[in-house]
Amino acid sequence: MSEKINLTLKVWRQKRGEAGGFKTYEAKGIDTDASFLEMLDVVNDEITLKGEEEPIAFEHDCREGICGCCGSLVNGKTHGSHERTTLCQLHMRHFKDGETIVIEPFRAKAFPVIKDLIVDRSGLDQIIAEGGYVSVKTGNAPEASTTPIKKELAEAAMDAAECIGCGACVAACPNGAAMLFTAAKVSQYALLPQGHPERTQRVKNMVAKMDELGFGNCSNEYECAVACPKGIDVKNIARLNREFIKATLSQGK
Amino acid sequence: MKLDAKIPEGPMAEKWTNHKFRVKLVNPANRRKHKIIVVGTGLAGASAAATLSEQGYQIEAFTYSDSPRRAHSIAAQGGINAAKNYPNDGDSIYRLFYDTVKGGDFRSREANVYRLAECSNLIIDHCVAQGIPFAREYGGYLDNRSFGGAQVSRTFYARGQTGQQLLLGAFGALQKEIKKGGVKMHTRCEVIDIVVIGGQARGIISRNLITGELTRHEADAVVLATGGYGNVFFLSTNAMNCNASAAWRAYKKGAAFANPCYTQIHPTCIPVHGEYQSKLTLMSESLRNDGRIWVPKKAGDKRPANQIPEEERDYYLERKYPSFGNLVPRDLASRNAKQVCDEGRGVGPTGQAVYLDFADAIQRLGKANIEAKYGNLFEMYNRITDEDPYTTPMMIFPAVHYTMGGLWVDYNLMTTLPGLYALGECNFSDHGANRLGASALMQGLADGYFVIPNTINDYLASNKFEKVSTGHDAFAQAEKEAKDKLDRLLAVKGNRTVDDFHKELGHLLWENCGMSRNEKGLTEALEKIPQIRAEFWKNVNVPGSADDLNQALEKANRVADFMEFAELMVRDALDRPESCGGHFREESQTEEGEAKRDDENFCYVAAWEFKGLDEEPVLHKETLEFEEVHLAQRSYK
Repeated sequence: MSEKINLTLKVWRQKRGEAGGFKTYEAKGIDTDASFLEMLDVVNDEITLKGEEEPIAFEHDCREGICGCCGSLVNGKTHGSHERTTLCQLHMRHFKDGETIVIEPFRAKAFPVIKDLIVDRSGLDQIIAEGGYVSVKTGNAPEASTTPIKKELAEAAMDAAECIGCGACVAACPNGAAMLFTAAKVSQYALLPQGHPERTQRVKNMVAKMDELGFGNCSNEYECAVACPKGIDVKNIARLNREFIKATLSQGK
Repeated sequence: MKLDAKIPEGPMAEKWTNHKFRVKLVNPANRRKHKIIVVGTGLAGASAAATLSEQGYQIEAFTYSDSPRRAHSIAAQGGINAAKNYPNDGDSIYRLFYDTVKGGDFRSREANVYRLAECSNLIIDHCVAQGIPFAREYGGYLDNRSFGGAQVSRTFYARGQTGQQLLLGAFGALQKEIKKGGVKMHTRCEVIDIVVIGGQARGIISRNLITGELTRHEADAVVLATGGYGNVFFLSTNAMNCNASAAWRAYKKGAAFANPCYTQIHPTCIPVHGEYQSKLTLMSESLRNDGRIWVPKKAGDKRPANQIPEEERDYYLERKYPSFGNLVPRDLASRNAKQVCDEGRGVGPTGQAVYLDFADAIQRLGKANIEAKYGNLFEMYNRITDEDPYTTPMMIFPAVHYTMGGLWVDYNLMTTLPGLYALGECNFSDHGANRLGASALMQGLADGYFVIPNTINDYLASNKFEKVSTGHDAFAQAEKEAKDKLDRLLAVKGNRTVDDFHKELGHLLWENCGMSRNEKGLTEALEKIPQIRAEFWKNVNVPGSADDLNQALEKANRVADFMEFAELMVRDALDRPESCGGHFREESQTEEGEAKRDDENFCYVAAWEFKGLDEEPVLHKETLEFEEVHLAQRSYK
């Protein structure tokens, strides 16, 4: 059954183009069945009606764990410490009455803070633009059942394709690498026959873009996989590395 | 205003083929001279932007999100229909067409629906070619499952994340075109108004959501793919930022709005649990393949589910509709859930829920099998409710989910405002008064990949486009109006939050214009909405400034539009005293309590023309003619 709890929040506040810092807020009478973002809604309503400052800016949209908009560091963990959960699906029943919660934006060189808890993750889209797709024009496609695909491969591709692009992997990585994100997309198309014609260019271009945008390198810390709300496996990074080596060796072919 | 649906001549099965031949084309060299604005990057918007760019048009695409991939199509779970007939169970284009017209309770336009069914197979071909990891059988071929309102298995799926996978496919296509230079993408950019010059849609005003800057963009045509208006109810399964603003501004600039009273209440959502609640979460309709819906036979039976013996349970859908059972269309499933709850047989702490029980399926198929099929949904349910659906039946209740009404469009998907198109959920065309499950993804992608790329050229080729400059008075005026409105919202500095007003409006609509409607309730709502709106403009508190990232201001601007839109929705509901699909008027029901249509008087699309905020809108009727499917009382018994 739900109950009401009181919490102290230390929230990162930062205006556009200025340096930021922590401010303390009291979150009172929070229902334990509420989600983390609904708790922030309650705090924001109070801030609004008090009228002394602006409410806390945080990104969110679907609130059912699939759009990938939300995400903050909660007590130093991306999306909080609950396994395989986005921030919007983290519920207040996992916190204790009287607890202090530290909330800050995702921290990564490639994710500059825009305001408060909102960061700029547009680099992820730029990586996709380098080849995170099959270049098929509408109208080109053959009949869907022409190419049977082994169920195991389709399932493994789906495991990789579940990535929601929230950027938690980047924020959790000590190097700020986007390896897991990129590897998930590369893997999806490496596993499926439809991805094969472009696999060499795809992996080379996506990795090059990742480097260009200031995402770090992978040093096998595996923090990304722990942080991933969709449980994307680090095996995908190994697959990306294999694809990359193969692509480099087949240069010019 | 005159409604001309422009339905092509000829037999139903040949209309689309003939039409594609008859429309004018734009030659490849001339296409790059035309700029088209696409608003929204969900399934319809992303697929349209990508495909039109492939054809050589210059595209500018807009989304309020930080990335096109965030659009709420991403949240669609269950699947996408197509008439492939891979299971060899009697499906065909004609049957998909028939099921969709019947499912929509005979309030959709036959020619559009037939085309949708025709395009459905092309969508699957294209999406497989894009590398979308659809579910497959051990032989390597595509798997299908069943959805409501059909007796065949025609739904293709990618676990419980079909919308995500299809959207990422369209998003990939969009990124491909962005990289190529054909699409200029504007993220974190909300469309604030449509600009009309010489009677044609020639551009938009957008607001940069980081800097607050208002910008003018000119084009030869504007395509809206901005989704539905379900968030007018405050609580819905829509994403928090979904809104009707672009469609509403289009209406105010001359595009007729059709059937706004048709809203779909989805039967399988997680019940409401508290005042602080910000949204409702859907549990995919696919669960009704294996889950059995029931309530106790006795009113007020508060025993836990596992203590209620089999003979004291009422599997009411299986009892009332033996041939479709738990897979009746959504409107019927929702209405029956409400009915049993109204009888005092609802379960859970609030009594506003029914059970969706997997015990039989787990016994029959094994837990591992159920986990493979629905694992992510069960996990999501557990996260939200803290209960384990493998051992305790799920509790579900209907919630606002989809809106069948939308901007009126002709066969070419053009609104009554020349040069303005509406795709996907934001138009009215294909689902009549009730949408069948797994058909929204089908429609969004059909419109974007296959319809608009074949129809927009007709408009571009048959009209002369004088060069317009963003310095034109119409741009200046639209920008000024947008700025004034934002300033006015900030200047109120009242005592209530935007959400507080939104909740008040939503609650009124849910009670009076929700699952069941009557003249008294609708009349009352029609009186109250202007009062809430007036109070909103007197007492809303919007903090911050207009030249900064200001989420409260974004929300206030959208809610201000909902405050106006709600009135049209209620007016339309009042003006249609028949019941049809999701629009259930208590005054019009059969002896068994089913929706009773009145085909003699109401077999039309209600398209409303804006005449000013203080004036009554004018109703235009598009009479629906049924050549192929005979009008009949829907029966799923």
